[in-house]
Amino acid sequence: MGVVVKVSPEWLPPARNLECFLPSAVALSLQISSAEMDSTSQNNLKRNKSEKKLLRKQIKARNTLMRHEGIECVSHTTKSLVIANGGLGNGVNRHQLLRLVEECGLVEALLMPPNKPYSFMKYGSTEEAKKAYDTLNGKEITLEDSDQNVTLYVNFVEKVHWEDIIPISLPPGLMMVEELVSPEEEQKMLESIDWTENEVIQNAQKSLKHRRVKHFGYEFRYDNNNVDKDKPLHGGLPGICSMLLEKCLKQGYIKHKPDQLTINQYEPGQGIPPHIDTHSAFEDEITSLSLGAEIVMDFKHPDGRTVAVMLPQRSLLVMTGESRYLWTHGITPRKFDIVHASERQKVGSVTPDVGDLTLNRRGTRTSFTFRKVRRSPCNCIYPSVCDSQQSHQREEAPSFHDSETEAPKLEQEYVHKVYEEIATHFSSTRHSPWPQIVEFLRTLPKGSIVADIGCGNGKYLGINKDLYMIGCDRSQNLVDICGEKKFQAFVCDALSVPVRNSSCDACISIAVIHHFSTAERRLAAVCELARLLRPGGKALIYVWAMEQEYNKQKSKYLKEKRASKGKEEEINTDVAWGLFCDQTHDNGSQDSACSDQILNDSKDKGGNAKQVINSKLPVHTNRTSFHSQDVLVPWHLKGGTNKKGEYAKVLQLPAGSKELQEFSPVFHRYYHVFCEGELEAACKTLDCIRIQKSYYDQGNWCVVLEKQ
Amino acid sequence: MKLLTHNMLTSHVRGVRPGGGFPLRIQATEVKVNNVDFNQEFVARMIPKVEWGALVEAAESLGHLSDLPHQLPPEYENNEDFLRKVHHVLLEVEVMEGILKCPDSGREFPITKGIPNMLLSEEET
Repeated sequence: MGVVVKVSPEWLPPARNLECFLPSAVALSLQISSAEMDSTSQNNLKRNKSEKKLLRKQIKARNTLMRHEGIECVSHTTKSLVIANGGLGNGVNRHQLLRLVEECGLVEALLMPPNKPYSFMKYGSTEEAKKAYDTLNGKEITLEDSDQNVTLYVNFVEKVHWEDIIPISLPPGLMMVEELVSPEEEQKMLESIDWTENEVIQNAQKSLKHRRVKHFGYEFRYDNNNVDKDKPLHGGLPGICSMLLEKCLKQGYIKHKPDQLTINQYEPGQGIPPHIDTHSAFEDEITSLSLGAEIVMDFKHPDGRTVAVMLPQRSLLVMTGESRYLWTHGITPRKFDIVHASERQKVGSVTPDVGDLTLNRRGTRTSFTFRKVRRSPCNCIYPSVCDSQQSHQREEAPSFHDSETEAPKLEQEYVHKVYEEIATHFSSTRHSPWPQIVEFLRTLPKGSIVADIGCGNGKYLGINKDLYMIGCDRSQNLVDICGEKKFQAFVCDALSVPVRNSSCDACISIAVIHHFSTAERRLAAVCELARLLRPGGKALIYVWAMEQEYNKQKSKYLKEKRASKGKEEEINTDVAWGLFCDQTHDNGSQDSACSDQILNDSKDKGGNAKQVINSKLPVHTNRTSFHSQDVLVPWHLKGGTNKKGEYAKVLQLPAGSKELQEFSPVFHRYYHVFCEGELEAACKTLDCIRIQKSYYDQGNWCVVLEKQ
Repeated sequence: MKLLTHNMLTSHVRGVRPGGGFPLRIQATEVKVNNVDFNQEFVARMIPKVEWGALVEAAESLGHLSDLPHQLPPEYENNEDFLRKVHHVLLEVEVMEGILKCPDSGREFPITKGIPNMLLSEEET
């Protein structure tokens, strides 16, 4: 046609990288049949100039939707419409759009995806949808929150479909206290800030283009993201904060009195980049009081999960544990936040429910961030993001488990003893065999002799009646369970299996080798499997993977994280992905707090192994990604008693938790989780075996070996 | 512990001569005989995997030889009578309580409720 169509200025380029706002639980998909355009040359001739222009723009919008968003529009009338330029991403709020579309009929759904310059709606009938199409296509509206005009372009779509929204939980360790101060107190605090006075801060203030900032107690230096611990600022914290902090201590919101305060003032459009407060600079608790206006703060986990958290005016945000140490937090510089439209939730996480989002105009927010300066190196359980531990680790000698004498002690204390203790409970959670392991056993020739090295409660020993299976495990209690099931089993160590050479047609080693704490011992375990096999015999090995998300698929282990209590049985049925039961704590910091206590309290029978480990091995948070290959994984024993019938210890949570909670004992098992390729690389060092197949199965790395 | 399982086990104490840990001597205080469905093909397939001499010795020590010959007869695959005897010895006779003794080092491994405990101390491996 030769006509260059200018892209309308309000048509913002699709914000592709903002997908992060949309968690995987939300998927917008449009099922649309292809259709011919309704523009015939004859029709075109009849149209006047402005109609032509509208059509061009509409087609342009249609093409852009298709090209950038994969949204296919149709030319025939349907009940569903897509409105280009009518989205949260280009400043249209839900309230305004809803009023417009409701004039045309009964709206069944109005879906506004976050950060997208379009929205979808569905009417009860095609007549209503047609009316909306005729009324709204080409309609120019003035944005309520600004003076800008945008023109809407409307197209039909076949079907609008969105999946159920799973509410997003707050990051573990994060707490919101609403209405911490009264409006009067808020006013006083805001008035008390003298933005002109403090000269020390002049430099710091200049360097921050994006907000105003003031420091008390200690100056926070933006060059090294730390404080001069030897140079406290004169005057300490402002007197006006005293009452407030006393209240927080008394109510248990915080455990330690802060000695550093940073006041930030954010105008609409300003923000702060995502960051983790330097571990070595400040203690665990970081609190932030929001005054003047509410704002949405974005939290992000290293694995990519994001949670947008609404911080209401006069509320206190308390970050501890995982949310303080591992998640980044930041404020996106923008003038509007995407928030819930309904009244149901005005605090906490913003669930990207496309049927309930709107825009919220930001006001000037002043935050009082209180922190306590740290006096000793941080020893948190997130070494990958801990500056104290990273420098520490580089300087120090190789870690504990490189020592061949320490390794057996570690495994004794953190693998063997634990399985003895948890055997009954562990077994009660292990009944569903894994499909691909069953398949391996089913396809072995009839009359094969198969050894299950590390058989646990023997869930694979009875899978195929045409095999002769023997099982062994390091745990007498687990092997006894096999005995009760009339399986052939005995007690032994996987590095020293009392079975004669080349006597097995096949072996399996499921979720075992990751319990060995040195590379040599893991290799020795593979070697021992190979020794048992006759030439041509096969071994199947499963180990837990560092990568709990692979090919963009989250493992079942991760996915079941937020499962309801009712689903627990299902979760617990699998070996490696469900090696733990009920790890679904609402507050992850409880987990770690509790863990620390157990580690410190338990009697030191394991010699120095325990102490070394205690200081170095991070404790994994159940049903989250791994941050270290060598970790302690908690097992929460249920049922109140252990095998000896002793009553479970009742642990008191540290001050700050609202009430005492009863905890069953927590045991920690050592794991070395394997990176991609690591298991194969180990196998390749052995000449006597050949890798027949390797694969990833629900958070596990797996190989099938053949003895040469 | 069935005698087929026993036939696969060997002592693995450090310092044992190569092959010297096999077969483990059985000193049983309780032996049970359980009925197991006879599967001729299965038993026939097991025989080549078994150390025949060790099986006969073990059966004999338990008083359950069941007329098994000391030499494996030729063409046993279709000898149902023979295979039934092998079936009985391999799969039906079970040692419930007793000890397994390493023929080379004399190390004893307890059998409790049919479960041999073959775990060695750190010094023994």
